Amino acid sequence: MFFKTPEIQYNGSIREITLGSVENSITVGGESAFPFHTFDAPMPHLPVIAMEVYDVKPEDWAEAAIEPFKDVINDPAKWAKKCIDEYKAEMICLQLSGTDPNGLDRSADEAAETVKKVADAVNVPLIIWGTANHEKDTAVLNRVCQVCKGKNLIVGPLEEGDYKNIAPTAIECGHSIIASSPIDINLAKQLNILLGNLGVPDDKILIDPTVSSIGYGIEYAYSVIERIRIAALTQNDKKLQFPIICNIAAETWKTKEAKTPTAENPALGDAKKRAILLEAMSAMTLATAGADILIMRHPEAIKLVREMIADLASNQL
Amino acid sequence: MAITGIEIFKLLPKTNCGECGVPTCLAFAMSLAAGKAELAKCPYLSEEARNKLEEASTPPIRMVTIGKGENAKKIGGETVMFRHEKRFENAPAIALLISDDMTETAIDGRIERFSNLVYERVGQTLRGEIIALKCQSGDASKYKALINKVMQKCKASIMLISENPDMLAAGLSVCSDMRPLIHAVTKENCEKIIALAKECSCPVAVKGESIDDIIELTTRLEQSGVKDIVIDTGASSIQKVLQDQVAIRRAALNQKMRSLGYPTIVLVNEMTDDPLKEAMIAATFVAKYAGIIVLSDFSGETLFPLLVLRMNLFSDPQRPLATDEDIYEIGCPDESSPVLVTCNFSLTYFIVSGEIESSRVSGYLLIKDTEGLSVMTAWAAGKFGADTIASFVKKCGIADKVKHRKLIIPGYIAIESGALEDELPDWEIVVGPREGAHIPAYLKTWKA
Ligand code: B12
Ligand code: SF4
Repeated sequence: MFFKTPEIQYNGSIREITLGSVENSITVGGESAFPFHTFDAPMPHLPVIAMEVYDVKPEDWAEAAIEPFKDVINDPAKWAKKCIDEYKAEMICLQLSGTDPNGLDRSADEAAETVKKVADAVNVPLIIWGTANHEKDTAVLNRVCQVCKGKNLIVGPLEEGDYKNIAPTAIECGHSIIASSPIDINLAKQLNILLGNLGVPDDKILIDPTVSSIGYGIEYAYSVIERIRIAALTQNDKKLQFPIICNIAAETWKTKEAKTPTAENPALGDAKKRAILLEAMSAMTLATAGADILIMRHPEAIKLVREMIADLASNQL
Repeated sequence: MAITGIEIFKLLPKTNCGECGVPTCLAFAMSLAAGKAELAKCPYLSEEARNKLEEASTPPIRMVTIGKGENAKKIGGETVMFRHEKRFENAPAIALLISDDMTETAIDGRIERFSNLVYERVGQTLRGEIIALKCQSGDASKYKALINKVMQKCKASIMLISENPDMLAAGLSVCSDMRPLIHAVTKENCEKIIALAKECSCPVAVKGESIDDIIELTTRLEQSGVKDIVIDTGASSIQKVLQDQVAIRRAALNQKMRSLGYPTIVLVNEMTDDPLKEAMIAATFVAKYAGIIVLSDFSGETLFPLLVLRMNLFSDPQRPLATDEDIYEIGCPDESSPVLVTCNFSLTYFIVSGEIESSRVSGYLLIKDTEGLSVMTAWAAGKFGADTIASFVKKCGIADKVKHRKLIIPGYIAIESGALEDELPDWEIVVGPREGAHIPAYLKTWKA
């Protein structure tokens, strides 16, 4: 008798979505089997990593997170270039944390100007991430979409509370959008339906299921991603067949364990390696569940995740 | 149990004698089906019925116990492919490899790290469970000395690694009553090792080059009456290990293949030399079905993230970890210390109590039972509103412990403060910060 890996019935596949401008595009999605189950079916596009860049110099980051970017941390365009040239970022995610009304509260115009600078400096697809404040994001993201018309940015997060006011401009100006909902498969599906009703084309949507890191509820994110993938692939649920994007770096690095210095708690080991591993392991766990785009921060964490992805798909490389 | 109440009922004596604790055989059958009763409670079951019911109630992946007493670690017993379908049952054991050709310093270092790297988190103790002892020297007395040393110095279950029956026999001669895992039975050594395993009734791992080899070996073991089996498919590439893990889980669950219905072991220590990468591989197989994960060494920076991830993925999706409703004293609070209230989601309790602690301001933390839901989730679900918080504050007895009447509520439920003041007329409701991280700064300026 010869044992064969038992097959399971897949009935659908994830939409292939091409992001970025014509010259600098990248395609994600396209899976017709569970993540890295290359023995079931090949994985046409492996998960990609978008490296984070901030519009303002980050406050209270762990030393280890600042270190690689010390020389560029005040200049988002240079920061982005460094990520691409030195760390081979496949995408860039510009976090507009400077627009947070509870922080610097930078204006929409200022934000758009920064985005424009970064967009002109990079040759990879560019994600623009707001602050999840509905009013502010509406003002900021609309302005960003207009100023960067035709650049095919990826803008988000669009939530139930603000998608109506952002999606029309985004689509009119040729961008893609990130549909964000709080760790719930039904809410994710519902938002995608609403976006469809509003006229957003299917090839312009990425799902953000809302994620959290190791020790802070990663299991909820893990399971909701698995559920979305199962519904998409085995039940052919068209409204969930979109690539998934996970904004995991910020969630990881803000935790206490990513910031605790080595001397404060020696049982937690070396602070730098621990933080890198918390990020890399959190990201990898989400990739194992079904993430297509991982927004990450530290070059060494990224290296670890890339190696794992390559190893898991080694039979098709 | 994968069998219905009615099917069970058919196998019962139908005399309704009531000795099982419920009035009728039917009621007993229903409780059994719901997993609320134990088979042994009915003294009148026929041998045949007992076998049938036991068979039906065994999980598709056998639960195997490694070690004894307080070091016993259960693995396997899994019933689903994905945790949301029900839950993952037994977290994979994390094992640390020590081989008998290492230097004394290397061995002592590992023993020390195994014993010291233990963490408390949300009321659980997180640690490695198994020390895997490899006989590399081929010298029985050296191997025995190592086993003895480890048994004396560590609280751990033991796993013996060798394919040489003589070395395993030597090892077992000093530790067989600890119920170690024997690794491994192969096609070549199987007669002798099966005999050893039977003699000391210890669990054994089977190792093959392919899943066909594994099926052949487990079938042989079953026939000779050895049931506590662990599977090592011998794969060394990460891609192949994933395929094997998925294939075995599918075969056991979806095709009811008994010969693959056992927990697995992944020797991550053999897959890379980079400790960080080792941790990454281990993390992947925590999610994807390993029963035991062997690491080449422990360090805080690799073990801590791995253990926390393991706890997260093996938590019950239907039942969030919860803390008991109560008044928790943080530091040494007195009658003028601040009073804070929050929900009983363990993660929330863990974060908030940690922040109060790091503020170095002693205080009372009131934990309201919200069925394990976080502040906003509980609020949205109607379990953490003004009425429920007020009745808890009244009955918990905090009024006798403090002289002031100021209650700090989480910033995220600021909206409830008006209604709370109505419900608790004696109290002044103070809205605290939203983020736990801002609690220390806030408490430092707090005045009764
Ligand atoms: C995980 C999650 C769930 C999990 C439950 C996890 C759990 N055990 O509670 C699940 C998936 C089951 C769930 C369900 C629901 N959820 Co929910 N969920 C979340 C999510 C993503 C994270 C919650 C969490 O774990 N936070 C971590 C804990 C530690 O945070 P916390 O308890 O608030 O504690 C922090 C602070 O409040 C503060 N703090 C805590 N205590 C105290 C005390 C004092 C004195 C002070 C000063 C500070 C303080 O410190 C902590 C650290 O910063 C949030 C969104 C988000 N990102 O917050 C939505 C969220 C809470 N959920 C929401 C909703 C609506 C629901 C549902 C009603 C609907 C749904 N989405 O399905 C159900 C209700 C469940 C039920 N039984 O009916 C909404 C609530 C909206 C609102 N404000 O009304 C949120 C905000 C999502 C959203 N934006 O819509 N949810
Ligand atoms: S003890 Fe057995 S025979 Fe008696 S009522 Fe219970 S199930 Fe029926």
